[in-house]
Amino acid sequence: MPNKALIRARAAELRARFEAAGAKVAETAVLQPAEVLLDLYGEDIRARAYVTSDTLLGEQMLRPDFTVPVVQMHMDHGAEPARYTYSGEVFRRQEEDTRRANEYTQVGYEVFARENPAAADAEVFGLVHDALAHLNARAVTGDIGLLKAAVQGIETTEHRKAALARHIWRPKRFRALLDRFSGRLPVPAQREALLAEADPMQSGVPFIGLRGPDEIAARIEALREDHGAMPISTGQVEMLDALLDVRETLPFALEQLRDIAVDMPAITDAVYRLRERIEALDARGINVDAIDFEGSYGRTNMEYYDGFVFGFLANGRADLPAVASGGRYDALTRVLGGGNEIPAVGAVIRPEVVLELEAQA
Amino acid sequence: MTIKLGVPSKGRLMEKTFDWFGARGISLSRTGSDREYAAKVEGIEGVELVLLSAGEIPRELKAGRIHLGVTGTDLVQEKLGLWEQQVETMAELGFGRADLIIAVPQCWVDVNLLEDLDAAAAAFRAKHGFRLRIATKFHRLVREFLRDHGVADYQLVDSQGATEGTIKNLTAEAVADITSTGDTLRANHLKILSDSTILKSQATLFRSRNAKLEQKQKETLNALIKQLELDR
Repeated sequence: MPNKALIRARAAELRARFEAAGAKVAETAVLQPAEVLLDLYGEDIRARAYVTSDTLLGEQMLRPDFTVPVVQMHMDHGAEPARYTYSGEVFRRQEEDTRRANEYTQVGYEVFARENPAAADAEVFGLVHDALAHLNARAVTGDIGLLKAAVQGIETTEHRKAALARHIWRPKRFRALLDRFSGRLPVPAQREALLAEADPMQSGVPFIGLRGPDEIAARIEALREDHGAMPISTGQVEMLDALLDVRETLPFALEQLRDIAVDMPAITDAVYRLRERIEALDARGINVDAIDFEGSYGRTNMEYYDGFVFGFLANGRADLPAVASGGRYDALTRVLGGGNEIPAVGAVIRPEVVLELEAQA
Repeated sequence: MTIKLGVPSKGRLMEKTFDWFGARGISLSRTGSDREYAAKVEGIEGVELVLLSAGEIPRELKAGRIHLGVTGTDLVQEKLGLWEQQVETMAELGFGRADLIIAVPQCWVDVNLLEDLDAAAAAFRAKHGFRLRIATKFHRLVREFLRDHGVADYQLVDSQGATEGTIKNLTAEAVADITSTGDTLRANHLKILSDSTILKSQATLFRSRNAKLEQKQKETLNALIKQLELDR
């Protein structure tokens, strides 16, 4: 990797670009309270972030990203609409691959705006696109909102839809649930036995722990309901698969999704939003024919993106992480906003990777 | 220069290790008083015995401060990132067998599989406002396992001992722990999730890949391998 002084200089140039676009510079602490991040991301964040502690503050994490502290700062006392930029180091544990950096720089741009989300999406993507235009990298986009809408549109119980929606970001579990709900996987023997019992709560063992008898009874009731529900039809599973399998440039992807929406009307609004986004990108002078769309893109990231997602990947350099990545995270502002929320979209560029690609060119 | 062999400093693991080496013509023993951690090796030249806590042996192997060490596979995999690049498995010793598993209260009649645990965790979080707690000392192994199997809405809480008691004490809802017979689990009204075997562990002789060997030490190591009849 290039030396620190070069990285810092490149980061400053990128941040200046974002300032010129109207963003205010945001500074955040390196030490972030672990509780907030843990509650947000769950235990997985511990595998990715460095945790430290002292006896007064308790557990702290070395900033694994800027998004959370910037959102918190904005939700506490930001005026609307707002644009922020930042530049600094983030820290990630790398226990499985020694080639991945555990300390690297991010330069970010975040927009908080209620009006015209398509324009905000295009603004963030466009700024990153322009900053990286000279690099041999391709842009990939996706839309988590489309997946969420598709799951809501499946003809099945609310319970099953909630279970699937919860696991959009865990493709393996999502698939297992879909197989279970569509009858492709047999019902586990232990569950059959449980449901065959007249009074399964009378098992003769003592009730211990915080999860009470009412919670156990509620789950058994949910299992009974599920057992009696019709399997999700093959046609519906195929449509969902078709959506996840879309891999096209943006205009062709839109065509395919429109076709899918004929049979899956629940995604119609999301498809309209995609069209508006493509138009907004086009209006910014971006060649949308050169941008890829993948139905599954963004599913293995951490689960705060809930709409437009994108990344810029270096061509022929699978060894490098994405040069830039970003997306929309409206729900995150709701979680961190204590009753307030505001639509938000942002992105980060990694100057180390930019320099690496510039050196190669 | 001698080569250093790290062995657990007390208990059955130490005795069984001594027996295993003894059966192969190498006598390991403690010297001095019961409290003094001094030891000797007979039956081979150039090997020095170092008595250590079983939990510290992985770290010492990684640092290359000992050349060989006997400890559980569970501890090596929990404590060393990319463990196969740090140590080589020389021999599985056939004792100290234990499985790392996830257990929940027996009264959870609705939870028998990981997918049940996941569903229960989602409902638990919605009701109680915090993530379902799993008590363990094997944070890394458990986290990786649950991530690979798509379990969400849980948190790990640290428990370095008496882990099975945490549920009754309301400091955890489930446990991830080492068990050999399951007696302690049953006595605490817990049951094992049937698809939750995270790791099957046993006492294992490891070689450090990071410890430098001079010519003399290489010869000693080869002599030791020959005497132990290790198939490599």
